[in-house]
Amino acid sequence: MAGVRPERVAEVQEAVRLHPRLRPRGGGTKPALSTPREGEVALDLSGLRGILAYEPEEFVFTAYAGTPLQEVEEALKAHGQYLPFHPPLAGRGATLGGTVAAGLSGPLRARYGGVRDFLLGVRFVDGEGRLVRGGGQVVKNAAGFPFHRLMVGALGAFGVMVELSFKVFPRPQATRTLRVEMESLEAALEALERLRLLPLDLLALDLVPPGRLEIRLGGFPESLRSRLERLQALLGREGEVLEEDEAHWEAVRDLAFLEESPIWAKVPAGLALIPRLEGLPLGPRRYLDGGEVLYAGLDGEGLEALRREGLPYLVLKGAEDPLFPPPPAPFFHRLKEALDPRSRFPLG
Amino acid sequence: MGFLEELRALFPPGRLLTKEAELAPYESDALTAYRKRPLAVVLPQRKEEVVEAVRLCHRHGVPFVARGSGTSLSGGSLPVEGGLVIALNRMNRILRLDPKARIAVVEPGVVNLEVSRAAAPYGLYYAPDPSSQPISTIGGNVAFNSGGAHCLKYGMTANHVLGLEVVTPEGEVVRLGGEGLEGVGPDLHGFFVGTEGLLGVALEVTLRLLPKPEAYHTLLAAYGSLEAAGETVSRILRQGLLPGAIEIMDRLAIEAAEAAVKAGYPRAEALLIVELEGPREEVAEEARVLEALIRESGAQEVRVARDEAERQAIWKGRKAAFSAVGRLSPDYIVQDGVVPRSRLAEALREIGRLSQAYGLRVANVFHAGDGNLHPLVLYDGKKPGELERAEALAGEILRLCIQLGGSLTGEHGIGVEKKAYMPEMFAKEDLEAMERVKRALDPKGLANRGKVLPEVAHGRG
Repeated sequence: MAGVRPERVAEVQEAVRLHPRLRPRGGGTKPALSTPREGEVALDLSGLRGILAYEPEEFVFTAYAGTPLQEVEEALKAHGQYLPFHPPLAGRGATLGGTVAAGLSGPLRARYGGVRDFLLGVRFVDGEGRLVRGGGQVVKNAAGFPFHRLMVGALGAFGVMVELSFKVFPRPQATRTLRVEMESLEAALEALERLRLLPLDLLALDLVPPGRLEIRLGGFPESLRSRLERLQALLGREGEVLEEDEAHWEAVRDLAFLEESPIWAKVPAGLALIPRLEGLPLGPRRYLDGGEVLYAGLDGEGLEALRREGLPYLVLKGAEDPLFPPPPAPFFHRLKEALDPRSRFPLG
Repeated sequence: MGFLEELRALFPPGRLLTKEAELAPYESDALTAYRKRPLAVVLPQRKEEVVEAVRLCHRHGVPFVARGSGTSLSGGSLPVEGGLVIALNRMNRILRLDPKARIAVVEPGVVNLEVSRAAAPYGLYYAPDPSSQPISTIGGNVAFNSGGAHCLKYGMTANHVLGLEVVTPEGEVVRLGGEGLEGVGPDLHGFFVGTEGLLGVALEVTLRLLPKPEAYHTLLAAYGSLEAAGETVSRILRQGLLPGAIEIMDRLAIEAAEAAVKAGYPRAEALLIVELEGPREEVAEEARVLEALIRESGAQEVRVARDEAERQAIWKGRKAAFSAVGRLSPDYIVQDGVVPRSRLAEALREIGRLSQAYGLRVANVFHAGDGNLHPLVLYDGKKPGELERAEALAGEILRLCIQLGGSLTGEHGIGVEKKAYMPEMFAKEDLEAMERVKRALDPKGLANRGKVLPEVAHGRG
């Protein structure tokens, strides 16, 4: 398959000017989004990697878009920091740019928010090969049109991200996970609803249907025990406590539970929608962040069911047409016209 | 039919203002140095009326400015001469508050603080807290991506808006985003927030609500210099603490706050306020770390709030600081540039130097946790040339923020006030991309004309 692999920003600009249809690719961990379609040239951004600036005290770093998440997280960890939005598929080689383009966040988003909440700035190459900057490299900024936020979830529709700036936070010193089995989906949803309204500052609050809740706490080692006990009292059960929980959550965010499924999808959920979703023919799955989002493994029938029900989804792996529904015209098309008038990029 | 006749057909007399005396209150916002006379003001009560007004403007090519309470400090809601003002204060209903989903769906004229009030019975609140929150509206907060004292930890307005219904400058009604924390497809609602009304008017806003923190630990420390207070902030963050708010006030601001609300602050060159928040066990541990650190920071005096009343007392002076500074001087300009936190001390030294060089007093109150400065440049508009000197000084401060790697604005927006400085922060290509987006959504250039984008997009280097 024809492709280009730029190693400098200027080469990205050249590639964009040269090829009428392009499909950016980072680590290739979400093949439904990064596999070139008929007539498209693969734009492999894995050569555009590396951290450009990182000031731990500022809680900010800037890196090339093709930088693997793992590389970033190692650098942050050395200074006691982390990416609070917990990008999925890090262990499989996902990059910063791919994470932003797909708009993905992992289980720990429950504590401080998702990728949209931590992205501070972008430099991207628009559809005419121009290098455009949006946002900045400081944690607070309201100057100019926020092009960085436009990149989140856009699948590369408006431009090729080359450089990204993020806010980061101090890593919790210690973590602990409580796993409880509720007798039914209804009971689990009731518990979720209660927990969501309490100021518990949970790192993660996952539902593995029908009735399993996995709750992660983070903070000072001295406070974790009593916070855990409070949680157990709230739920009225002891559950199972994971003292060493890092490996478990790493596997979750790498979506290991989807391994056997032909199609991997992200489905926006929410407490009110879960009973309906649970009536559909979906495979292995897990609801993150108090039920806000579902990562599900499915087959063609499951995908068809989502579509029939009019439920939005994003396929990461295993489908030709990954996004449903398409973005809202006309607003989207006007923006597309402004930044990618020749429709070189996805979602043309 | 002419434009005004058509407006009359849409709005009853009490909700269409055209007389000079009626228009006067709408001629400016909180940036009072600027005034413009609109042709008319309409006061819609339903979103359909907003849509009709925008469509009418589009048909007749009349520029329009949507506004809420007019608290913009950057002139963001300054009318266009001869244009229409769409005043949204009467669209002030909270349409739905769903504790289970932790969201509130509101009209744009809802006052920020009202959202938290309505959410309080469920133990929830709306996090963004600009100082204007008892007055400013959600529509304005959305347009300007308002901030507040808690942005390091909780982000800005954009991070709390989940969905929007918007009327575009051409009169089309679109829904962006949804009701949940996660969506699929481009984050168009995130993009709309902060575009200062240039891409349309928000008709309905879906906000995320958060559980109100269980416990607070609020501490006030007095220092012999601004640098010492700033250095303490760095040490707090290097230690791995993540306070909800970190604020600094300088001597002039402290004196003003004392005079205005008798906050009972210690007399010092600088005051630092740090507030931890979270589950009580966690806050207790953090407080231990913080107090050890403050003990070694050279603070002249330290006070810790023992209850909610003492906590409110600590915040009282800080919250009153802006209006208090107003008492020190007939007029003032407030800037809100951002610098990387590690450059705070440098920025403050330079501001002090500029203040002397220009012969104008500058009071500093700022969000130290996120590097967001709020220098208040004091001047007397009645003295010839003083406004111009104050503006020049404020401009130097903005340039300084850019040079130090920061931003022109942390939360007030560009408006009319700072658009001339945009080319110093953004390159030509960046500004042209903004212009192309503006033209694509608003080919006639009607929505909040004259804001954000500089007249000529020459740009930086």
